[in-house]
Amino acid sequence: MTFSLTPVLTANWGTPNSWTLAAYQRTGGYGALRDALTMAPDALIQLVKDSGLRGRGGAGFPTGMKWGFIPQGDGKPHYLVVNADESEPGTCKDIPLMMASPHTLLEGVLISAYAIRASQAFIYVRGEVLHVVRRLLNAVEEAKVAGFIGTNVLGSDFDIDVVVHIGAGAYICGEETALLESLEGFRGQPRLRPPFPAVEGLYACPTVINNVETISSVPAIVRGGADWFKKMGSEKSPGFKIFSLSGHVARPGQYEAPLGITLRELLDATGGMRDGHELKFWTPGGSSTPLFTAEHLDVPLDFEGPPVHGSMLGTTALQLFDETTCVVRAVLRWSEFYAHESCGKCTPCREGVFWYVQILERLERGEGDEHDLDTLLDLSENILGRAFCALGDGATSPVTSSIQYFRDEYIAHFDGRGCPFDPVASTVFAGADA
Amino acid sequence: MSHNHSDNGTNGLPTVVLDPRLSPGAVAADPLSDDAKARVRTLAAEAIARYPRARSAIMPLLYLAQAEQGYVSPDGIKLVAELLGLTTAEVASVSTFYTMYKRRRCGDYHVGVCTNTLCAILGGDAIFAALKDHLGVANSGTTLDGKVTLEHIECNAACDYAPVVMVNWEFFDNQTVETAKGLVDKLRSGDLPLPTRGAPLITHVETSRVLAGFADGLVGEGPSAGPESLAGLELAKERKESAPAIGAAAEKRA
Repeated sequence: MTFSLTPVLTANWGTPNSWTLAAYQRTGGYGALRDALTMAPDALIQLVKDSGLRGRGGAGFPTGMKWGFIPQGDGKPHYLVVNADESEPGTCKDIPLMMASPHTLLEGVLISAYAIRASQAFIYVRGEVLHVVRRLLNAVEEAKVAGFIGTNVLGSDFDIDVVVHIGAGAYICGEETALLESLEGFRGQPRLRPPFPAVEGLYACPTVINNVETISSVPAIVRGGADWFKKMGSEKSPGFKIFSLSGHVARPGQYEAPLGITLRELLDATGGMRDGHELKFWTPGGSSTPLFTAEHLDVPLDFEGPPVHGSMLGTTALQLFDETTCVVRAVLRWSEFYAHESCGKCTPCREGVFWYVQILERLERGEGDEHDLDTLLDLSENILGRAFCALGDGATSPVTSSIQYFRDEYIAHFDGRGCPFDPVASTVFAGADA
Repeated sequence: MSHNHSDNGTNGLPTVVLDPRLSPGAVAADPLSDDAKARVRTLAAEAIARYPRARSAIMPLLYLAQAEQGYVSPDGIKLVAELLGLTTAEVASVSTFYTMYKRRRCGDYHVGVCTNTLCAILGGDAIFAALKDHLGVANSGTTLDGKVTLEHIECNAACDYAPVVMVNWEFFDNQTVETAKGLVDKLRSGDLPLPTRGAPLITHVETSRVLAGFADGLVGEGPSAGPESLAGLELAKERKESAPAIGAAAEKRA
């Protein structure tokens, strides 16, 4: 496959005042909503099924199928909830999207709500992004004034209200059932499934929860059609996707490309690693996806590629680290994150990630031994798959994959002198003012 | 060499250099004024009306309480409980779950240094260590002038701009030790620096009111996107690449 960038979601980010309704409409915005409202809701669900769109929040579940699970004619309210709680370490695509073009998301919300016959939608955005909150609140107000939100939208029989719900700093609320608990006014702790949210979600009513990028892709699919969407990407993972490139690279940023590109292609196009350095390890989709190394540069980045090599596509958050980085320090930091964010509901996760931190701290200080590595792996087995949600699973990813690929580096810490790396060398301002 | 946050004990609770004015005794004797309660009640009614069920408004209501006192006080919890028909224990169980609800009065400017892995390695650890030293506070500590509360934070979804510092949840991208020190100096002197992507800074209490879902008219400030967000778009232009054209049939249907 020839590598080519395909800006769709990002296409209008550079236009002046792209976040306003006026600017969005100048580039055809809300045309897809008009079109969608002339279609039957089931035809829209079929269109999204035909497109092959899969969830962009990490799990890759087919979006149209998820929508199809919503019982129809059940007499209960249906809810659409957008997961805009982007917090997975390395992931930084939804936040710039909502800052630059909140109406792209909002148009997707309106079309999707119509398709699943919901008259109430929520956008659950993390609280730590003040200006993104402003842009979302404003977009909803503009859309109300323009008649895109309210009763009898554009003369149809579709009624819709959209509420921006603002989180307060809990990573776990990016987990869909924890998000629902939080939205209902409780501590954000995951629920046992089944019942799944499609049957009993928000307020025990049928609920679709989708990621920002997923919902934002819907207007383009309505505009272009399923066949157009499938011209991009691979057979089982069609479409465009925002790849977030960060770390020790020459040109960090957001790159929208077809699913199935490789990191090698992306690095070749963007100038590679920072000058004079080489890739040591990277995450394909956030810290919860097992680490890759330079061996994996040619793995196709779609939902099928990384699992073949023991990882996952995740959120396509490509965090790259060069040879100046201590992998033990990196994994310690991530483990501290999971320990901080574990909600405490399930014992294997709550206790396991706590002990990760204790052991990794000791290792990084140079006070560990090989027995500690066995303990880390043993702990990992006791966390993986043993909790209500995937937070604990994610926490095991950096630990087990780093021991798999960098066992020698852990051992190099065992001589009692501690970390052999100079942390200054790995900073972006190495040799400058640090 | 250890990169631990030395102020984080093994129980995960930060030890804090407390301003005597912020001692627990002072907190207990910190009632909401009648004016403050009236303001919260007015906006709370609007927030509750957004939701099918009142309890869903607990998060905006906690932000409204925080907007009055710079933290969620016992009196704030009592008011939220009263407004929602809940017990104070139910409200406190929620407010203490979320890190953005402060349990001690926050300074005018909350400075969050990202020390999640990517930012930490690219310089966040050095920045956080330097700021603790520069300000003379530990994690979650507030300077004696009440201006700055320093905290290390987790990934704030701006990794392409690492290392990142947030001030009142506005982005200060691509920081160094020196720029971060300059940033907090300016915050303390009142010569407020502009965020890289965002509006001119407002205070922490004002921030809390926006986070309760009440717009402050500053939406038009700041850019649509920063340079890193546009890197892919720029590259596509350089390479003359784009998504496939939408077919005539599809255009017509649309």
